[in-house]
Amino acid sequence: MAGEIAIKIEGLTFTYAAGSKPALSDINLEIKRGEYLGIMGLNGAGKTTLGLSINGIVPQSTMGFYEGKVTVEGLDTSTTPVREMARTVGIVFDNPEFQMSQVSAAEEVALGLENLGVPTEEMPPRVSAALATVGLPGFEERSPMGLSGGQQQRLAIASVLAMHPRILFMDEPTSNLDPIGKEEVFELARKLNREDGLTVIVAEHECEVLAAYADRIVVLDQGKIVMIGTPSEVFARGDELAKLGLRVPQATELALDLGGSDKKNLPVTTEAAVKWVEAR
Amino acid sequence: MSDAIIQVKDVRYVYARGAVVALDGISLDVPAGQSLGIVGQNGSGKTTLTKLFNGLLRPTSGAVIVDGRDTAKHSVQEMAGTIGYVFQNPNHQLFASSVAEELAFGPTNMKMSPEEVKAKVEEAFEFFDLGQYRDHHPYRLSFPLRKLVGIASVFTMGPKIFVLDEPTTGQDHQTTRVINRLIHKLSERGSTVICVTHDMPLVADVSERMIVMWNAKMIADGTPKQVFSDTEVMQRTHIAPPQIAQISMQLKARKGKEAVLNVEELAAELGGKKKGGA
Repeated sequence: MAGEIAIKIEGLTFTYAAGSKPALSDINLEIKRGEYLGIMGLNGAGKTTLGLSINGIVPQSTMGFYEGKVTVEGLDTSTTPVREMARTVGIVFDNPEFQMSQVSAAEEVALGLENLGVPTEEMPPRVSAALATVGLPGFEERSPMGLSGGQQQRLAIASVLAMHPRILFMDEPTSNLDPIGKEEVFELARKLNREDGLTVIVAEHECEVLAAYADRIVVLDQGKIVMIGTPSEVFARGDELAKLGLRVPQATELALDLGGSDKKNLPVTTEAAVKWVEAR
Repeated sequence: MSDAIIQVKDVRYVYARGAVVALDGISLDVPAGQSLGIVGQNGSGKTTLTKLFNGLLRPTSGAVIVDGRDTAKHSVQEMAGTIGYVFQNPNHQLFASSVAEELAFGPTNMKMSPEEVKAKVEEAFEFFDLGQYRDHHPYRLSFPLRKLVGIASVFTMGPKIFVLDEPTTGQDHQTTRVINRLIHKLSERGSTVICVTHDMPLVADVSERMIVMWNAKMIADGTPKQVFSDTEVMQRTHIAPPQIAQISMQLKARKGKEAVLNVEELAAELGGKKKGGA
């Protein structure tokens, strides 16, 4: 473990081969080990592309023009094989069903391990451990298609966790889930971050969720980083966010409406807003 | 005669395979012009309920009367002029090579005369403000516009009732705002609008009434204010009311009062500085 920086992005510009404008434009960003980073932005702002640049799918498996350098746990993502990168960065997308291909949960989780060439005898314990971590102990023989949306998404997370990544990137992980599923997935990500020290990066529209979980938030607009800071710092700039078509948590909006001007101490969560109002 | 445009009378629905009870003793009257939100976990019966409205599913027992017609005695095609469904993903709905063609498809298929079809399409261009995209290919439009075209292509069939399935899922704030405004507009012109959704801020904004489904039963029915104030139901179903509602319910000084659903209202109630004009 060299240093405490998990991800270093320097001057990253990427334009898809079919695109006329860069999807990402001169991105400079350092993400610390164990950090929980939220990414906000309109659809098309570059959130997904940024995630894919962290595990090397951009540029290695994506046609386009790439400039700059992304270093993840000491690995250059433009040259380290994507298969190798999967040991370091796990990615979970918005629709868990698209990620399910096997007849049992155990096979689903083992698939990634097979791709990594993990010896067969090592697989069952790693599979079981990953299923237990995501709260699906004993689900080895269950069919992925018979699981609820929240369980499927946790299974998708187990599949990447079995590869023992240091970083987990989730791209709108709950947009297809019901309220129970959403709670399950975000609570799991918080546990992995707090207890196991995983670096977690989440692209998400719901600002209340990012406010509740993230240490820092990056705001992307048309491929550029336009804001970065703690949730309180970012959401204090409500007017600028509104111009970008984004909003702030209702907790923050309430405090601003009540004349809150101490930008450093604006509430961003339900609990903080209740305290803030009662201390007025 | 009830003036409800949808009457669900003590309906039970059992999926034959596996004998899963999807709906268990549901009774519901939806007055014409009401904006209704249906919420609940996946598998709670929401979708089954809406599939009864056009006869796609027929009740195992009980009856469903829509616009005066018993859905068990009419085909889905016959109901299409009364009730229109808008799917979550417009890509599953759009197939024509221009927006104009897309909008004309439904009414043409319903055997409206060419003049009527033209009138419907023009009305939709006006209502959805889509006139400038008339000759565009639907797939070349941005997602929010495609979503509007999806709703407009149902609108041209002239239904009295719109059923919107997860209209805002996965959308950014900008798109969500466009959709919310459109739902308000549909309500204002007298349409009955039913949103099936997990998006509670949407329900708080656009629905006059909401019902909560839980294990095949309807366990709450009231205004969003009333239902979001029902702590027991919210906890049991893991439904998170909009953040402002949660804050309003947790303030000690408001103990026992109903939830507040918008920020300005709570700020005003708390006697705070109000934003001028905005």
